[in-house]
Amino acid sequence: MTLVETRKLCKTYKMDGVEVNALSGVDLTIEQGEFVAIMGPSGSGKSTFMNIIGCLDNPTSGHCLIEGVDIAKLKGDDLTALRNKKIGFVFQGFNLLARTSALENVELPLIYSGVNPRERRKRALAILDEIGLKGREKHHPNQLSGGQQQRVAIARALINNAAVIFADEPTGNLDTRTSVEIMELFVKLNRDFNRTIIIVTHERDIANYCGRIIRFVDGRVVSDQLNIKS
Amino acid sequence: MIGIPTTFKISIRALRVNKMRSGLTMLGIIIGVGAVIAMLAVGGGARQKIAEQIASMGSNLLIILPGTTTAGGLRMGMGAAPTLSMGDAEAIRRECPAVMEVAPNHNGVAQVVAGNVNWSTAIIGSTPGFMLVRDWPLESGEPFTDQDVKSATKVALLGKTVVDNLFGALDPLGQVIRIKKIPFLVIGVLSPKGQSTTGQDQDDVVYIPVTTAQKKIFGTAFPGMVRSIAVKAHSTEDLERADSQITSLLRQRHRLGPRQDNDFTVRNLTQIMEAAEQSTRVMTLLLGAIASVSLLVGGIGIMNIMLVSVTERTREIGIRMAVGARRWDIRLQFMIEALTLAIIGGLIGVILGISASWLISEFAGWSVVISPVSVFLAFGFSGLVGIFFGFYPAYKASELNPIEALRYE
Repeated sequence: MTLVETRKLCKTYKMDGVEVNALSGVDLTIEQGEFVAIMGPSGSGKSTFMNIIGCLDNPTSGHCLIEGVDIAKLKGDDLTALRNKKIGFVFQGFNLLARTSALENVELPLIYSGVNPRERRKRALAILDEIGLKGREKHHPNQLSGGQQQRVAIARALINNAAVIFADEPTGNLDTRTSVEIMELFVKLNRDFNRTIIIVTHERDIANYCGRIIRFVDGRVVSDQLNIKS
Repeated sequence: MIGIPTTFKISIRALRVNKMRSGLTMLGIIIGVGAVIAMLAVGGGARQKIAEQIASMGSNLLIILPGTTTAGGLRMGMGAAPTLSMGDAEAIRRECPAVMEVAPNHNGVAQVVAGNVNWSTAIIGSTPGFMLVRDWPLESGEPFTDQDVKSATKVALLGKTVVDNLFGALDPLGQVIRIKKIPFLVIGVLSPKGQSTTGQDQDDVVYIPVTTAQKKIFGTAFPGMVRSIAVKAHSTEDLERADSQITSLLRQRHRLGPRQDNDFTVRNLTQIMEAAEQSTRVMTLLLGAIASVSLLVGGIGIMNIMLVSVTERTREIGIRMAVGARRWDIRLQFMIEALTLAIIGGLIGVILGISASWLISEFAGWSVVISPVSVFLAFGFSGLVGIFFGFYPAYKASELNPIEALRYE
């Protein structure tokens, strides 16, 4: 099943009156269950691409379909609702709420989709357990290591049973060993739970964990190949 | 959209994280609400005092005093000329439609003796009408009558202070007192009235029939002379009319030509008191307005802190939006934060205002009246301030772009 499909996706920014083409006509299709790495130098448009298919931004022109729904023309709260149901984010800087326990951080998407407190707690506890953070539920982010914080963020991305998980440089703030652990977690989620995962990275090692590598340069896709794992 | 209870929990948590800041922000509202309540209480107290004085003086009251006279180059001062008579009083009652009742007064100070106790007090000769004119009922006994006035009976009505000083706990009714050695039968005791506007004890008085005062106690320059005439108009609106009716009637009776000045003065005491009440009301409003300004400043404090908070928590807002918070959810969260500050501040302010009013009355000795309306008003106003000044920061937060908010350092 096609999960994400873009057709002639364009995004133009205006900076000091000069138009900058961040994306100039991207055609891509990502199927359910894929594990994709998006690579490219900074300024190549990979983040812009992710913001658009992540329902955070609108394209200037072209189409972007998530599970068949064109989000190019959706605005504000409609986009937010879709984001809440279909998409989970993992960021480089973790982006957890400070002074808030791991458990409550994981519950956050459920609060905004109107799930009742008891159900929220049950699901958050189950996911934290699954992701290897049992016993850390009450810890605040500053009491957790970087790897643990990223796990909390991944749990938060998973809790709404999102159709796709976007990870923007998820290992950028982590040491090599922890990076490996996090990537293995992604691999497991993809392999054992058939989760669709899209990772933006500029590290070859990280991209190598993925099944498909797409390269961006100057707002265009320059290569799109399967990555045959050893 | 998520429920208010959940949002409320989120907001409370945010406020508790910054306890010091939340407390200081609330302080603005606390002081504002407290000041409004205390100021209105002080103003209300002043007004109540004036209203009490008006009531004790007798409502819709005019006092007619004789004019001045000159004796051997000595100007004798107001009220010295013997120009008012019983006939004037009678004519005013008969011919001025705006007048309800008239009480001529012939008064002086004399020593009063009861048994072996004596006391110097004001003796006022009047007619039975004085009780209506001064709104002054009897506490016990009987009033004297027109018949008593006609036949100059030696009966007396005692004020409370006189009773206390002459008889103590004994019942004065039916007892005999001597005024300038003349025996009077005590037939009634006047109910206590308290202090007058000028601080005199109004209960330190003995009322006797006016004719008795004229003939037996003080004497008169001519038969039927009185020292003043108290007049009660039908209503406050009738006071002006009564004033002019009395003036033209007395000018006519005293045969004053068009170029001669009045040989009497009509004093409109109620109007003076009402002017005083009016000015107190203005003062109360003014105090309230000044206090409201501090409430407004408190509100601006809330807005200021909320704006700082929105900026500071840009990333938090970005995270919430990324995981599915709608604009309304964010707006509600910040509105509730502002409103909570305002309402808790308002509640503490109400307590502070009431205690401040109490302290003022206790230590400064001012009378204060805390009206529920002013408490409700101040509290409601603080809530409105919270909504009004919370709206813009909340709106600003909800309009953030999630991508930029997430990147915010």
